[in-house]
Amino acid sequence: MTDATLLLETASARTNPRRTARRRATFAFSLLLSIVVAAAALPESWLSVDPFARRLAPGLLHPFGTDLLGRDVAARTLTALSNSISIGIMAALASTTVAVALSLAATLNPWLDRLVGILTELTLGLPHFVLILMIAYAFGGGWTGVVIGVAFTHWPRLSRVLRLEAQTVAQSDYVAISAALGRSRLWIAQHHLAPHLVPQIIAGFVLIFPHAILHEAGLSFIGLGIEPHIPSIGVMLAESLRAVMSGLWWVAVFPGLGLVIVALSFEFLGESLRQVSNPTEGVA
Amino acid sequence: MTGWLGPLLVERAIRLCWLAPLAAVGLFILVSNAPVDPIEAYVGARTALIGPEQREAIAAAWGLDQPATTRFVLWVRNVASGDFGDSILYNAPVVTVIMDRFPASLLLVSLAWLLSFVIGTGLGIVAAMTPGSRVDRAIRAYAVVLTSSPGFWVAIILISIFAVGLKMLPSCCALPPGTTTAEATFWAQGRHLILPVVALSVTGIAPLVLHTRARMIGFLESPPAQHLTAHGASQRAIAFGAGLRHALGPALTVHLAGAGELFGGSILAETVFAWPGLGQATVRAATGGDAPLLMGIALATLLFVFVGNMLADIAARLVDPRLRWDKSR
Repeated sequence: MTDATLLLETASARTNPRRTARRRATFAFSLLLSIVVAAAALPESWLSVDPFARRLAPGLLHPFGTDLLGRDVAARTLTALSNSISIGIMAALASTTVAVALSLAATLNPWLDRLVGILTELTLGLPHFVLILMIAYAFGGGWTGVVIGVAFTHWPRLSRVLRLEAQTVAQSDYVAISAALGRSRLWIAQHHLAPHLVPQIIAGFVLIFPHAILHEAGLSFIGLGIEPHIPSIGVMLAESLRAVMSGLWWVAVFPGLGLVIVALSFEFLGESLRQVSNPTEGVA
Repeated sequence: MTGWLGPLLVERAIRLCWLAPLAAVGLFILVSNAPVDPIEAYVGARTALIGPEQREAIAAAWGLDQPATTRFVLWVRNVASGDFGDSILYNAPVVTVIMDRFPASLLLVSLAWLLSFVIGTGLGIVAAMTPGSRVDRAIRAYAVVLTSSPGFWVAIILISIFAVGLKMLPSCCALPPGTTTAEATFWAQGRHLILPVVALSVTGIAPLVLHTRARMIGFLESPPAQHLTAHGASQRAIAFGAGLRHALGPALTVHLAGAGELFGGSILAETVFAWPGLGQATVRAATGGDAPLLMGIALATLLFVFVGNMLADIAARLVDPRLRWDKSR
């Protein structure tokens, strides 16, 4: 009996993380796709102000209710989430690119390594949100400010992981043997370094995404992010404060919930990707 | 006994000596490149009332007609003598504005810090006692949900439930309307703290839960814990007895190093609850184009994060003597 349970355990330990990751990836990307498609297909009129449908509680016609001005919360939430997603993807792409470039530079040259170290220390010297706020301010706020602020501050965590991984591999015995056997640096980078780094890069990319959209929402909430005329979760929540005070809870609950679900699906996906790419790491 | 403390402090002092000036240069470049016209921000709605000569006079008085490098040198010279300039919005020296508002933020951040420490480590230890169980999975799921929830949204939901729905707690400000600190009773002030502190504590819980859980599982599987189990100690007795020091030390380090992030979260929490602290001033400075105040606040938070990290390193060495002489850390 003990043998059977032992066998069962090793079998599930081997297959489960990959299957979980695949399931979570399917869920996260179909959620993403359906939000973007639905937001694009949404008729313009659903976003407009309807003075005869103000302060309506969630019902059949307005599943998430309407706000103080009579705008449909469901339609606005969808459009806002779609905007969040595009900013999140841009930010994740930019931050991943920066992280890869900096960690490669740090591995190639000890001087660059110190420089990257100082840059990382500076970026982490301020609370993350304060740094984003300063960068957004420098670019005048708005869509540009928020994209630049969010995009160029999420790299330190990933670049540290990549740098450590690259240096460990570069100093390992099999790379030394490979070099002694006459393999070129490019061949080693392709065959020894890349297989270690690529899964980390993918997991890092997926994990940056939820952080980026949450920071974007925060910045828009304080009025330094997306312009108020474009639907965004942050602006919706900022406007919802007054509505909540007069008992219209749905104006705040649904937009935030939408953001949490999108962020959560990618957080879970990123965690399982990390487990798949790094079997030696513990669950936490 | 404390021979390790001196070298650590010296090392940190050296680090601050290059970190702060570099950060100041970076922040100055950011702030001075902002497409915000300081004169426009200063005159505000009275913009139609002043002519070009007056604008030039203000620009000359503030040194705005000088190149950026000259302005930076001037700014550094003033900062070196303790003058961070005047806030445009509050019409007072930046240092005064920050010192006036820092206590309110510190109160909020430190209470939230304590609350998330208690909840985070508590849940982490409970989860570690039965790894893989339903309780463990629920706690871990809860932690991930918390990381993915914007703190300011949680704050609004709390207001909706406890202030609007149940009418139990106030939704705004640090004091009842129309009273001063001297007039308000201790309980009246405490009531105003509850919702902001709970909302802000959300930020810090998740990493603590996961970290404490991993550490505690590591300890419960170790030979000392097995030894105690063999002597008949229950899992709970081991976890909350001998295991506590193993888990709490590293948790304290992680949590102290994360105190800076709590400050970032307090910007949003203070905005929701109209809390009269530094976070609210940050938002006003950023949206109102108050460059001197923004610069001052950014440098103050830099110092805050730095002190948090240093306390984390000291705490780590106090709890785990092996780290004290370890040069690699």
